[in-house]
Amino acid sequence: MADGDLTTLWVYLSASPLVGLTITLIAYSLGYRLYLYANRNPLLNPVVTAIAALIAFLQISGVSYATYFEGAQFVHFLLGPATVALAVPLYQQCAKIKKRLLPLVITLVVGAIVGAGSSVGIAWMLGASLEMQMSLAPKSVTTPVAMGISEQIGGLPSLTAVLVVATGIIGAVTGTTLFRLMRIKDDAVKGVAMGIAAHGIGTARAFQENKEMGAFSGLAMALSAFTSAVMLPWLLHVAGVL
Amino acid sequence: MKFLNGMTLLLIYQLVGEIGVQLLQWSIPGPVLGMLLLFLTLLLRKGALPSADVASTALLSHLSLLFVPAGVGMMVYFEHLAKEWLPIVVALVLGTVVTMAVSALVMQGASRLFSPETYRDG
Repeated sequence: MADGDLTTLWVYLSASPLVGLTITLIAYSLGYRLYLYANRNPLLNPVVTAIAALIAFLQISGVSYATYFEGAQFVHFLLGPATVALAVPLYQQCAKIKKRLLPLVITLVVGAIVGAGSSVGIAWMLGASLEMQMSLAPKSVTTPVAMGISEQIGGLPSLTAVLVVATGIIGAVTGTTLFRLMRIKDDAVKGVAMGIAAHGIGTARAFQENKEMGAFSGLAMALSAFTSAVMLPWLLHVAGVL
Repeated sequence: MKFLNGMTLLLIYQLVGEIGVQLLQWSIPGPVLGMLLLFLTLLLRKGALPSADVASTALLSHLSLLFVPAGVGMMVYFEHLAKEWLPIVVALVLGTVVTMAVSALVMQGASRLFSPETYRDG
């Protein structure tokens, strides 16, 4: 085949959603294999390696994010049903959760305040712009809710989406080590902390540990989406930022 | 077939959630309301929904894959991120670790205080 034909073929293919979708799945499954091969080293979290590989590929091939997303949106879309699906492990762990309801509620309120307060405070101290501070504020909240909060308080919703994913990765990578250093062994405690600080990516990591930690993490993620959506705009108002 | 039924069920709950949120003008996302409704259904039916189990396990076993497309969006914000990289990195890393540590300590303390019978120390 001549060079011209190959170029035409690439131009044709890169404009179709097939490429974006396929490379997302390839990058993730390669990343996952690497993760297993490295004995589940948290630094090689498959989300990190897949994102890095995909960005490198898109930069080199000159495909825009918008074109890529036309294919990748089919994966992105599944976040919705996956959120609904969290009801199942939640129900299975219901008896355990009921016994921890009061501690959970207290932790959710404190977690929402610390989650937003720490990131805004640090960003402010280090001289970040107000827009960046507001984009960072909901970084521990699950993507769709975080984007809504960001818009409401004057951040950039799509920038927030990126910061949310980065937060989740950091939480997933550091979580188990942090809990070991803090000598925390209780799965409910670990799960709740993971879900509040690192939403769905933390929850995915928690499910790799065990079902109880995953269920508590999923529950904390869902409930902190509620508490943050209600509290954050009000909190920033009281703090005098808005 | 169970997987297909389960997926259909999840999508129906998501759809109902989206409609509910729009009608009630709530500021929570539709899927979160959908999850709540499915949870209530499971409570009422005492959990007998095998198709939902199958679809849920399939989706949740690779939950982290679903965040990859949004993460690749980072490439759009390279300039933004490069300009303010220091506060961003410190706020992300330190903020997340502090949030996780404080949440864990509060949950641990409150569990010892209010639910000592279920708390496991080691």
